[in-house]
Amino acid sequence: MALLQISEPGESTAPHQHRLAVGIDLGTTNSLVATVRNGVAGVLNDEQGHPLLPSIVRYGADGSVETGYEAERERSHDPKNTIVSVKRFMGRGLRDIAYIENSPYDFVDTPGMVQIRTAAGVKSPVEVSAELLRVMRVRAEKSLGGELVGAVVTVPAYFDDAQRQATKDAASIAGLNVMRLLNEPTAAAIAYGLDNASEGVYAVYDLGGGTFDFSILRLSTGVFEVLATSGDAALGGDDFDHRLFCWVLEQEKLPPLSVSDTSLLLAKARQVKEYLTNHSEVRFNAKLSTGTVVDVPVSQSDFWEMTRHLVVKTLVPTRKALRDAGLLFSDVKGVVMVGGATRMPHVQRAVEGCFGQPPLNNLDPDKVVALGAAMQANALAGNKSVDEDWLLLDVIPLSLGLETMGGLVERVIHRNSTIPVSKAQEFTTFKDGQTAMSIHVVQGERELVSDCRSLARFELRGIPPMVAGAARIRVTFQVDADGLLAVSAKETTSGAEASVAVKPSYGLSDERITNMLKDSFEHAGDDLRIRALREQQVEAERMLESVGAALGQDEALLEAAELAAIRTALNGLKTLSRQSDHRAIKHAIDELNRLTEPFAARRMDRSVQQALTGKSLASL
Amino acid sequence: MAQAKNHFEVLGVPVSFTVALDALDRAYRNLQSKVHPDRFVNATEAERRVAMQLATGANEAYQTLKHPLKRAIYLLEMRDIDVRSETSITMEPAFLMQQLEWRENIEDARAARNLGRLESLHDELIAEKRVRFSHLEKLFGSGAFQPACEAARQLLFIEKLEREIGDGIEEMDVA
Repeated sequence: MALLQISEPGESTAPHQHRLAVGIDLGTTNSLVATVRNGVAGVLNDEQGHPLLPSIVRYGADGSVETGYEAERERSHDPKNTIVSVKRFMGRGLRDIAYIENSPYDFVDTPGMVQIRTAAGVKSPVEVSAELLRVMRVRAEKSLGGELVGAVVTVPAYFDDAQRQATKDAASIAGLNVMRLLNEPTAAAIAYGLDNASEGVYAVYDLGGGTFDFSILRLSTGVFEVLATSGDAALGGDDFDHRLFCWVLEQEKLPPLSVSDTSLLLAKARQVKEYLTNHSEVRFNAKLSTGTVVDVPVSQSDFWEMTRHLVVKTLVPTRKALRDAGLLFSDVKGVVMVGGATRMPHVQRAVEGCFGQPPLNNLDPDKVVALGAAMQANALAGNKSVDEDWLLLDVIPLSLGLETMGGLVERVIHRNSTIPVSKAQEFTTFKDGQTAMSIHVVQGERELVSDCRSLARFELRGIPPMVAGAARIRVTFQVDADGLLAVSAKETTSGAEASVAVKPSYGLSDERITNMLKDSFEHAGDDLRIRALREQQVEAERMLESVGAALGQDEALLEAAELAAIRTALNGLKTLSRQSDHRAIKHAIDELNRLTEPFAARRMDRSVQQALTGKSLASL
Repeated sequence: MAQAKNHFEVLGVPVSFTVALDALDRAYRNLQSKVHPDRFVNATEAERRVAMQLATGANEAYQTLKHPLKRAIYLLEMRDIDVRSETSITMEPAFLMQQLEWRENIEDARAARNLGRLESLHDELIAEKRVRFSHLEKLFGSGAFQPACEAARQLLFIEKLEREIGDGIEEMDVA
């Protein structure tokens, strides 16, 4: 007898259709895109067969944009317009950037995030990153032969809110639907864990081009649980290049160099570093634009000696994460190595010395993050079957807090809290009759506001005048599954509510993003209005299908009046979705979402009850 | 509504200080596999909002119940006993003395930058906690809630000392 299939709420009603989804590793040095095909994750190569895209973007005076290897070739000729390692600038102010004096760029110190003046105008790091992401999207769509339903984009685990938001904005500008921001070491753990069917406590040591992350995870059947994460958002392979570059300057007693000679020697330093991974000695030689010839022998042991302090620096966050997780080095069953910089033998040795076991290198350290992201994307898109089901539980890397009297930080959410997480804290007024309050949100571990990163400031107005200390202002922090924060506040005693959604002080305004989107579509010959309409129609279609299916199954959970209201809204949306006003469609979708929220809650609550009862029955 | 449930109800475990950690782990994972936002990426916005609320609630419940001191404080709160602001009870003099001694030892070790000493103090506190938690379990078992509150308050001090040791170790690590 054929049985009718009923899907769970939230699951696709058409489970057999494979949805195209990708994982993107937006790296400091290289970017990659990967996908799962026929159950196997693989990196997608470009037309010449290269898996990596050097994370380099060059802007021409005629408005042309070159990326990857093409841009790399011009790096020393046109350093000012050829942006490398842009990830270091994401969500960062001018003061936050290490070794900025060696950057050839013409920085514009705009509030929140720096910008770069190029031949094609002033560019935000978000726009530069969007160029790289667009290349990844186009590569994926060409090679998979269709439009992507979504992407998982990876970020260093130690990225703060500003850096995460900047990455998400870049992906939107590149025309990607970001299903999730995923922490890089967590992505690596997924790839490793699913490949090796591992159980137990594992550590991920991720030394990339510009960032260092260290995460500890507990892997058990079907669950990847991050216990602690830590790192240094400004430490990576680039620093090893830079150290070698400085050493050569000292050895050769070179005078201050021109911008293009600096770029030349930094690029050379990287080649020498990579060569020394498998060779004991090499000559560092280059001809400068002044005619000076640089020629210095560098041995492996010279290089290890001059960069030893950088390796030692990575062990500080490593120990911190272990302490946070309440674990010892000996509790860790295996250490997965991620990032090209972990190829350096002295890094491998230092990790081995710490953990008392050789690290795991059986997955390509350049690809493992993209592969894990692809697996997560495949799962989120709803392509995996029930028997390969797994769940990921990640944490927030840095504490979140509010400024209180005297410039001190009151921590509201502690680092390493599992996300999503929400906390509310009550504050009161300082003066009689005070009607407004300024709220300053910061991120970091230090006691003083001035030592933490400022995320947002906003004013709560309309507090009813009362004596000092009588008002009750409840500030709620909500961190979502992407690790992104939303803050709202309201006064609770009087019943008067003032709720505010925070506009980040660091990031880009919605208006700015809309303009960038517009530019990028004009650039691509696309029409923003048509695109917006199509997006809303797709969303409406999904909504109609999904609410219709839910009603078919669980109409009984609704009161007659509720059911009637939902049906009216459904019909309204159906009519509007055939017309061409995208704003009206959006409005109708929002209305239907509002109306169906209690319905969704009841359905989910029932599924939870069934799960809990089922469990207790089984354990009887 | 789900929001009105206490943490024990959220995870479907009995209201008690004595908790089987493996059962708690299983209940939490079971619940998250139903409500986590990753399960609702393609769902309607209403469903995604509900999923985020439920997953947030599951995390809060699990984090509170998993940690023995947080669990104790929460259980006492359910009986309207606020451990943190309980000023009616004075601290046992013997504990105050002991606490002062620990604090001095930590400060001395930090000043002398003696990492080994800090680590052994840390181990000492861990052992002390273990003894105290099993005592606390007995107090809860016999319904002695005021003594349990006193014991929990002392454990709050001990955990604060533990954090100070952690800070001290970190200082030496960074330098």
